[in-house]
Amino acid sequence: MRKGAKAKAGPKAKKAAKRVAPKRQPTRKKAAAGRAGAIKAVKMVRSVVPTISMARESELFAELESLAAYIQSVKSEITAIRPDQVKEDYLPLAADELDAIVEATAEATNAIMDAAEIIERVAGESTVEIGGKLRDATTSIYEACGFQDITGQRINKIVRALKDIEGKVDRLMTAFGGAPAASSGKKPKKKKKAGPITDESLLEGPQLKNKGSSQEEVDALLASFD
Amino acid sequence: MAVDMNMNVLIVDDYKTMLRILRNLMNQLKFTNVEEAMDGTQALEHLRQKNFGLVVSDWNMEPMTGIQLLREVRGDDKLKHIPFIMITAESKSENVIAAKEAGVSNYIVKPFNAETLKSKLVSVLGDF
Repeated sequence: MRKGAKAKAGPKAKKAAKRVAPKRQPTRKKAAAGRAGAIKAVKMVRSVVPTISMARESELFAELESLAAYIQSVKSEITAIRPDQVKEDYLPLAADELDAIVEATAEATNAIMDAAEIIERVAGESTVEIGGKLRDATTSIYEACGFQDITGQRINKIVRALKDIEGKVDRLMTAFGGAPAASSGKKPKKKKKAGPITDESLLEGPQLKNKGSSQEEVDALLASFD
Repeated sequence: MAVDMNMNVLIVDDYKTMLRILRNLMNQLKFTNVEEAMDGTQALEHLRQKNFGLVVSDWNMEPMTGIQLLREVRGDDKLKHIPFIMITAESKSENVIAAKEAGVSNYIVKPFNAETLKSKLVSVLGDF
């Protein structure tokens, strides 16, 4: 059985490691799953000790050896994933790309606004009817340009999520014996817990559909104070 | 009483694009004296330098947020009478309640349109 499990811990053992490793890592003090593995090991030893013989002892050693080899295999697999590279290269790259999106949309929005302002000036020199239509069109353009502000705030939320992931990768590297990569200086944000409302807890940014309040709901809430 | 369209209006947002949008929409509504600030601290400096008839502020800014600015304004005898409209993507009911408790005059949820902006200005300042 164990040998079978060990066989699964081959080159494509990522999934197998995920499925089996927690039960077979008694030496991992921090892993909750390690506790279950330890209990299992103790039970196994207890079942063997009362009637232990040379044959059983070597069987136990074989089992432990197999277990150690499996842990080493999982460790190698995780190292091969290069969590340091994820932290050092991919996450900063993703953050940079997102920053670039914000910058590009800001530039595009400003270009659109430049054009709309020119149209608005021309509207002032046109007949009342045409001027009115042009002004209405520019108003719509100004309203639509608000997307840049909203997308910028949403992207900032994603960047904060990436920082959280960075912290988790650090912990993974530490758990597997590697030194954590140089810190970016920012501590990962702790998951918010329900508690008293603070200025910080009120800063959520744009809400997803059906999560926040509509203008009508805000109006109704405000009116309820009167 | 008629609204003084020449009064100083302070718009506060950390996104330059949003400041530009607000300025243009306010100008379209015939408000001629629109000044800008990019966070609460800068806004307070403006407010203490000259008289303003209205503040339209974003919430999510650093180092001083819109709610902190609102509290500063309401806590200052010389400024507390100024109508203050919060214009923000923070749309949870907790936010609206916190803003109301801090003394906000009205609250606009982003993204907004010119019609909503005008209706909130009218509700705070009166018809214009």
